[in-house]
Amino acid sequence: MLGQIAYALPFLAQGFAVTLWVSLLVVVLSLVAGVMMGVGLVYGPAPLRWAVRIFSDTIRGIPILVLIFFVYYGLPAVGIHLESFWAAVLALTLFKTAQVIEYLRGAVGSIPKGQSEAAMAIGLTFRQRLAYVVFPQAFRRFLPPWINGVTDAVKGSALVSLLGITDLMHAINQVIGRTYEAMPLYILGAVIYFAVNYALSLASRRLEQRFSFIRE
Amino acid sequence: MSTHANPALLDVSEVSKSFGSVEVLRSVSLQVTRGEVVTVIGPSGSGKTTLLRCVNFLESYDSGSIRIDGKEVGFRETGTRQRRSERDLAAMRAETGMVFQSFNLFPHLTAAGNIMLGLRKVRGKSSAEARQIAEHWLGRVGLAHKADSLPAELSGGQQQRVGIARAVAMEPKILLLDEITSALDPELVGEVLEVVRSLAEDGMTMLMVTHEMAFARDASSRIVFMADGGISAAGPPAEILGTEIDNERLRSFLARFRASHF
Repeated sequence: MLGQIAYALPFLAQGFAVTLWVSLLVVVLSLVAGVMMGVGLVYGPAPLRWAVRIFSDTIRGIPILVLIFFVYYGLPAVGIHLESFWAAVLALTLFKTAQVIEYLRGAVGSIPKGQSEAAMAIGLTFRQRLAYVVFPQAFRRFLPPWINGVTDAVKGSALVSLLGITDLMHAINQVIGRTYEAMPLYILGAVIYFAVNYALSLASRRLEQRFSFIRE
Repeated sequence: MSTHANPALLDVSEVSKSFGSVEVLRSVSLQVTRGEVVTVIGPSGSGKTTLLRCVNFLESYDSGSIRIDGKEVGFRETGTRQRRSERDLAAMRAETGMVFQSFNLFPHLTAAGNIMLGLRKVRGKSSAEARQIAEHWLGRVGLAHKADSLPAELSGGQQQRVGIARAVAMEPKILLLDEITSALDPELVGEVLEVVRSLAEDGMTMLMVTHEMAFARDASSRIVFMADGGISAAGPPAEILGTEIDNERLRSFLARFRASHF
């Protein structure tokens, strides 16, 4: 049994690499898109605020699985054909973006209005106010839910296996299909996912402590 | 364009503003010349703070104009009441300094860091130069030893003195003080007012809203009494705070004020 698992390890490692790659893409893309849209939601003109609000509420109201199938099987109907890998990345990114928007709104919203006013009063432009006054303070509140969301993204990436992408989850299922050793392989999978996410939580706690000197 | 001799440094002309159906400013006109200290008093809701916030365009207004050194503050000089660009507004705001009731120090920056931010990012000073200026002003407000303290480590009075240093370090043309002692414990008020007094002696032009009548009487060149969004009376302190004044609103305001402050 162990021999078979050892034999499958390189294959599982490849799957793990895909899992990490998907997670990384989703986390980075959703961070960029979510922060930009979140700023639009908090500071933008009314039409932009509504657009972001509708986007966020709609996406968060749809099960992630439905979203993945919709992007992969549904979008071709309107002429958008995506490879399964990119369809999965897009769907997960949309989902995560909606969450990042809400984390950002919450974090920025918790900074008192007087902070922006004081920054305005010394002549800082909008971008400078965000960069030097609002974001550094909001960061501490943004971080915990966001890291939480990153671990969700790693776990949620297992759903891409449903589109036939050989990530860690899919690789495990394939090995089980050959070896019929379900229990040890699922435990191995769980341990790997756990190790990644536990490392992330530890890093998050470190970062939070580092910024805990900011008291309001 | 008021480019003629000795124009007012600050020229507020017929400014009106409504929040929904409530008129908070009714055609307010007010001039402040260089070196003057003008104090605005009046009951809460009379529009004092709103007026101050319009001067550096933290609030917009519906009509009228506000000029500093002849330049319209918030709108382009095209006559169409088009709001200035973000960059222009920031540049205009850097010409005024503001000190807030709730201090509004940046909690993630040290006392010196609070002062240096504008010097570096707005005035384009080097870090070393900004630090030097910050230390100079911290010394002026008696906090040279607190340069590297975070706001949370300072008392209210100390925080507000940093707030003043942050504003004046930018060398503004005019300093706006918005009830800067109202959030302080009584025993900390004096140290803050002392700093304001010394700035006034140095010739800093100031427009302030305060409830400290004794201070207003001693430090102001002129006192403006606002009621219901308009200027109800204005003149030298002795006249406005004196007993001879022929203004029913002001008399009852001062009577109520004296009653609540002994």
